[in-house]
Amino acid sequence: MKFSILVNEGPYTHQASDSAYQFAKAVLAKGHEIFRIFFYHDGVNNATRLTTPPQDDRNIVNRWSKLGEEHKLDMVVCVAAAQRRGIVDDGEAKRNGKDATNLAAGFRISGLGQLIEAGIQSDRIVVFGD
Amino acid sequence: MSDIKKFMFVNRKAPYGTIYALESLEVVLIAAAFEQDVSLAFMDDGVYQIKKGHQTKGIEVKGFEKTYGALEDYDVTKLYVDAESLAARGLTADDLTVPVEVMSRAELGKMMEEQDVLLSF
Repeated sequence: MKFSILVNEGPYTHQASDSAYQFAKAVLAKGHEIFRIFFYHDGVNNATRLTTPPQDDRNIVNRWSKLGEEHKLDMVVCVAAAQRRGIVDDGEAKRNGKDATNLAAGFRISGLGQLIEAGIQSDRIVVFGD
Repeated sequence: MSDIKKFMFVNRKAPYGTIYALESLEVVLIAAAFEQDVSLAFMDDGVYQIKKGHQTKGIEVKGFEKTYGALEDYDVTKLYVDAESLAARGLTADDLTVPVEVMSRAELGKMMEEQDVLLSF
């Protein structure tokens, strides 16, 4: 089955991001396909490479990057939500005159159309939120 | 992408206090732009999103009550409201800023079952 996943909460504050990650792993382990993982609302904060959690805790951002790399996942951060919350790649930094970037490896910034397309193309879209 | 799917957006949170309602509306408009079969459900505190007379000056937040009225321009006219949620908050359809269909939880559940994509905010 072809799944897409919507992550609506940031790392650490809510369980949603952890649950989405565990779900994605389980989906892949069962041999299903993930069409796209879309990060919206505070979920975009899953994509900042500047987090430094305590060493004995899970690194949620790096975990996503690793999973994305291993399985060639399409991990998309909503541009409007990212702009509000300061998630920036090279293109966004240039466009909006920012002096830094923080988008972690394996993520890309794009529009909400990518979420709708995921809904159209996938058999199931599973929402993880508050 | 000629496929048309039934997208339902389930709104369960008050319009202000969190950003969910505002950002949910942004997705609704994009779904409409993709010419999908879009409907909205309002339940729990989500019914406050379409209550008439948002006043946001005092909290210095941009109000977006008017956007619900503009949904019609995007051919988004299927707005469903959970009757129990309305009644529990002392509201009736007359208190709402847009025309809606008020229905029971069982009916709303049936509508949800008919959807291809359910996005809950």
